[in-house]
Amino acid sequence: MEKKNPFLRQFKSTWAITKKDISIYYLKPPVLIYGLIFPGFLFLAFFLGKNMPFSSLLPVVIVLALFFTSSSVGPIITPWETRMHTLERLVSCPISLEFILLGDILAGFLFGVGITLILSVFAIPFLEIGLKNLIILLGTILLSGFCFSCLGILLSAPATDNPSNIMMLSNLVRLPLIFISGIFIPLNKLPALGRLIARLSPLTYTVDILRYSLYEKCDYSPVLSLTALFIFTIVFLFLGMVFHKRNLSKRF
Amino acid sequence: MDLAIEAKGLTKKYANVTAVNNIDFQVKKGEIFGFLGPNGAGKTTTQRILTGVITATSGKASILGYDIGRETFRAKNRIGVVPELANIYIDLSAWSNLMLIGQLYGVSEEDRIKKSTELLRIFNLYERKDEKTKVFSKGMKQKLLLCMALIHNPQLLFLDEPTSGLDVVSSRLIREMIAKFNQEGVTIFLTTHNIQEADELCDRIAVIDHGLIATIDSPENLKKEFQSMQAIEVAFNPPIKSEDDLKKIEYVNKVQKIGDKFKLYTDNPDELIRQLLNFSQKRNLNILSLNTLGPDLEEVFVKITEEHKGWSYGKEKSFSKTV
Ligand SMILES: Nc1ncnc2c1ncn2[C@@H]1O[C@H](COP(=O)(O)OP(=O)(O)O)[C@@H](O)[C@H]1O
Ligand SMILES: [Mg+2]
Repeated sequence: MEKKNPFLRQFKSTWAITKKDISIYYLKPPVLIYGLIFPGFLFLAFFLGKNMPFSSLLPVVIVLALFFTSSSVGPIITPWETRMHTLERLVSCPISLEFILLGDILAGFLFGVGITLILSVFAIPFLEIGLKNLIILLGTILLSGFCFSCLGILLSAPATDNPSNIMMLSNLVRLPLIFISGIFIPLNKLPALGRLIARLSPLTYTVDILRYSLYEKCDYSPVLSLTALFIFTIVFLFLGMVFHKRNLSKRF
Repeated sequence: MDLAIEAKGLTKKYANVTAVNNIDFQVKKGEIFGFLGPNGAGKTTTQRILTGVITATSGKASILGYDIGRETFRAKNRIGVVPELANIYIDLSAWSNLMLIGQLYGVSEEDRIKKSTELLRIFNLYERKDEKTKVFSKGMKQKLLLCMALIHNPQLLFLDEPTSGLDVVSSRLIREMIAKFNQEGVTIFLTTHNIQEADELCDRIAVIDHGLIATIDSPENLKKEFQSMQAIEVAFNPPIKSEDDLKKIEYVNKVQKIGDKFKLYTDNPDELIRQLLNFSQKRNLNILSLNTLGPDLEEVFVKITEEHKGWSYGKEKSFSKTV
């Protein structure tokens, strides 16, 4: 057993965790429906009757769908598994906590990116988008999906076995992140303070690159936005691992 | 000597309690080692430390020669664990639960399928393998947990109260299986608060309470201690005034008054009941109630610790193995 690359084995275990998460937590009709409907509602609430062209709405649809699908379920997995004591079973297996969490992150990532791509596939034929921009669009969706999923896991770090506490915390953090971002009002129309605050939300950068890839208009450069998203990802990932590790012993 | 478990000065402190207090013990390969104690004694905490789920505040444990703190994966790869509570995924089928755990232990797909089929058959669960375990009874869940613990052919199996709260049939099957796997060479660490269970299965038993090990001994030797701790609770009408009459009855070791009842300690409950019937007839008393009580673990613990006052806590008293 030990002759095999232990790292490779950890990744195989990670994939087992991901499959478990997807079949238990994601592929449920309520989750699927919520993942699609909630961003739809938010979107309609803001744009109904505002008479904007489809191409300027698309980045918003994409970022909302991606954000909700990749960061909504992740936060409840750890508190739920703490309560059901399945976490203890996992922790007694030869897999480190980091790889368990990576499995959870991967599940949110795959679910979010999957649904978002399905939505986007329908829209892309209506757009005139070159190959280079299509690649940027895909890259942004992948990186952002991973970033949002890491945020979801970070939010599940407090040592509680009550998923509804975490849901509350999660909404308290995630909804403001939407509202302070440049999603609903383009950055150049925000007051100076608004623009400053908008920089604190990863969604700002996602929507900015999406705008760039779809109609080559943006407030930051794509390179800067991608860098910012990358930094957010690393920070969420790092903090998530640290806090989870610190709180693990309080869960049993 | 070939050791499966060696614990040295294990201690786990929580904010308000010391759950495990500087305990030492050794488990030999091939043994069934009982860890017997009342609720809150520190059994689960000890098992969690030994299985690498939590880290000890101080002390060391080596599992099959691997330090659980530093060589955690090597140790974990070789042990099977049945934790205290039903820790299966109730939203997955029995089969998916087994596949998941098998993957986490790095068992190849072929072996996973073979071993799962074999184990589910042994535990009479094969026909139900594709059902979500949500609908399983407590006994079925526990049996599935055992299958999950065995899927990677561990050399050492940790069981935390595996029959607690189960029906008689499931309990018996699980005990038979524990004995069977032990015969096939698996070392067993069995946590329990059930004296009969420990007696029936174990080669040696550690008695633990308040995080301290009172003694480690063979069931035979411990039984001598337990036997004098059996008791009969009796109430008469009209109530008798003086305990002294009861003390004179043969087979009574000690009398304790509890409300209108008397608790009579004895090592022979059967004979004592006959004596009590005689006693009541002679004096024209009605027996209002009569209960036989097994030895109370707390009391056993107190008694043992009193007897071995000279011994420092947590040190082994004897190391003889009875087979
Ligand atoms: N996570 C924890 N935090 C605080 N106290 C704990 C924790 N886990 C166990 N304890 C305490 O440690 C003691 C031993 O508990 P435990 O090992 O579960 O006993 P047992 O399994 O023998 O019933 C108890 O007093 C219990 O309340
Ligand atoms: Mg316990």
